[in-house]
Amino acid sequence: MSTHAPIGGKLFTRPFYFFLLLFMIALAILATRFIFGLGSVTNLNDGYPWGIWIVIDVMIGTAFGCAGYAVALLVYLFNRGEYHPLVRSALMAGMFGYTLAGMAVMFDLGRYWQFYTLMMPGYVQYNSVMLEVAWCVMAYIVVLWIEFLPTFLERFGLKNLRQKLSKVLFIIIALGILLPTMHQSSLGTMAVVAGHQISPLWQTQLLPPLFLISALLMGYALVPFEAILASMGLRQPMETSLLAKISGVALAVTIFYLVLRFADLLWRGALGFAFESNLDALMFWVENLLFIVPVVLLAQRSSRTNPALIFISAVSLLLAGSIYRINTYIIGYHPAAGGTWHYFPSVAEIMLTVGIFSFEVILYLIFVKTLPVLHRA
Amino acid sequence: MPLNRRDFLKLSAAGVGGALCADAANAAQRETKQLPPDAVGMLYDSSLCIGCKACMSACKDANNMPPETPGQPTPLWDTPPETSGRTLNVIKLYQNGSAEHKDQEVDGYAFMKRHCLHCVDPSCVSVCPVSAMTKDPMTGIVEHHADRCIGCRYCVYSCPFGIPKYEYEDAFGQIQKCQFCAHLQAKGVIPACCDVCPTGASLFGTVEDLKQESQRRLQMQTDQEYEFPRGKLGGGRPGHIAKASRYLKHVYGEKELGGTQVMYMSAVSFDKLGLPTNVPDFGYPTISEGIQHTLYKWMLGPAVLLSGLVYVVHRNTRNHHDDDHSDSETSSDKGTS
Repeated sequence: MSTHAPIGGKLFTRPFYFFLLLFMIALAILATRFIFGLGSVTNLNDGYPWGIWIVIDVMIGTAFGCAGYAVALLVYLFNRGEYHPLVRSALMAGMFGYTLAGMAVMFDLGRYWQFYTLMMPGYVQYNSVMLEVAWCVMAYIVVLWIEFLPTFLERFGLKNLRQKLSKVLFIIIALGILLPTMHQSSLGTMAVVAGHQISPLWQTQLLPPLFLISALLMGYALVPFEAILASMGLRQPMETSLLAKISGVALAVTIFYLVLRFADLLWRGALGFAFESNLDALMFWVENLLFIVPVVLLAQRSSRTNPALIFISAVSLLLAGSIYRINTYIIGYHPAAGGTWHYFPSVAEIMLTVGIFSFEVILYLIFVKTLPVLHRA
Repeated sequence: MPLNRRDFLKLSAAGVGGALCADAANAAQRETKQLPPDAVGMLYDSSLCIGCKACMSACKDANNMPPETPGQPTPLWDTPPETSGRTLNVIKLYQNGSAEHKDQEVDGYAFMKRHCLHCVDPSCVSVCPVSAMTKDPMTGIVEHHADRCIGCRYCVYSCPFGIPKYEYEDAFGQIQKCQFCAHLQAKGVIPACCDVCPTGASLFGTVEDLKQESQRRLQMQTDQEYEFPRGKLGGGRPGHIAKASRYLKHVYGEKELGGTQVMYMSAVSFDKLGLPTNVPDFGYPTISEGIQHTLYKWMLGPAVLLSGLVYVVHRNTRNHHDDDHSDSETSSDKGTS
């Protein structure tokens, strides 16, 4: 007997209030941003027009949100039904990650009230990689909510609707695989045009596949990360055998990623930059060692049944993919604008990002407690 | 099983191999753009510039920009250190050692003028999702239209010369950059900076004429006196008599990044003056748009991929009862491969 069920329990717990407080702080920061402008709360400047609100909230946020994509790929494309118990919670992670990333974009846009021009035929500019990302992400947010809809319908006992939806859901699922493939690679393509402003350690025409594969990896890492936290924090049973299997998948993809990453560096003759004594080189090694850690930890089949090792590997991969994005867009970016520019996020910038992730935790707690999301073996 | 993991790995290996080849041969690169028919431009000759900053003042007047007074307890002068949301044009100083000799790299100094170069293949136009940056098909002037801009600042991020700037201190800020005084040119007036330049260091003209003028300067005998045109090349103003400098045998902007309509001549190397020199002869959009249009030509790739996905997903969901029949979902693991 296996099924999904709400786990119930008290909603307004102390952790809930803690995350709510962080979210309220973020709202205050947002109010300041909208009344006094981006400069009043961020450290953005003429050299660094993109900060953590774009790179963490949007790029890393959606990469975390690739959990749904990564698991759907296994279940529906590679026909691995055994991973099915993970689908719902992974989809939910994707839904939150993408929805909040979409909201975060609006906070960062300097002229958000003209957002509608993105949809106006006379204005859209088809050479823009960002246009493709914007459309694709908007479409995928809708797709994720439809994919998750069965959970609501079940909760409210709408069996008829549920069955009708089932009949067409395969099209939505297919879209749910296509769209992230498109925009997660395009998030890499977006950096290509920056040319010499980005260090050769990151600037390559292979940015699209590297961003796509690392987003998938982060998706595969998020599943055990979330499952293990849920089993500890919410006293849920742990599906160790499944987590072992998905860790095996993550291991294979990581090795593939690393081979591609270093082959590209060697091919372009750019590896030498990794041995200079500067921040770029340091961060390059931090990033890649974090990719290598899981390969070492999970190499042996037996270690893939150890929840502690699985958890450390998952955290390592999530950090690796995150730092890869920060390195590409911020650390490895040396602005062409004259003068010396520096960027380190302000406290307010960081607190807004923290607030957004806190909001995700709040939503997660509400959803798993009241809706049939988590799998009961 | 229609597509197993081994097949997929083979497929992706092929894709990656293809991408690597593309990297080598730039097979995906799109064609470079050509100079528009009536391209107007500017030749800035660092050796003629005396650093009077009349162009900065005229620029602020022409574009209604406020002064910038950083670090002045009592604001007296407009002293912007860089172009910004309030400054579209700035004269900068290169100094070395004792800074005694003009236009000399060692123990010398030189002036430099920074503003939009009006690229032949502009990154800002390529990246803007809503056509808020446009390049005039006739004159080639790169203009910004704040009335449709969403403020994403991708133009700021991507410009290889670091030119577009955003007004961070304004709740309703906008992107600012030099638009070559398009509003004045529409009335038959030349850009304000070229109009007021007393030595002809900033010279307005058609790009073709300016290229010829730059060739004339490259033929000059160092330290011989020549007449240098002022204002508009061929505009009939009396010229400025000056000694020819020890010009570098290169006009910046003829080839760099696909060419720019604002070009530079100098005796001090261009990287010392803050221009990127280790750059290709094509604009970066040829690569990024090349990748994008190879992947998304007529949306054919995504359409094919989607139909394949729909087929496979349909097959797999039907075979396995593992998704959507939750009311009777008692065996999600049954029937898996």
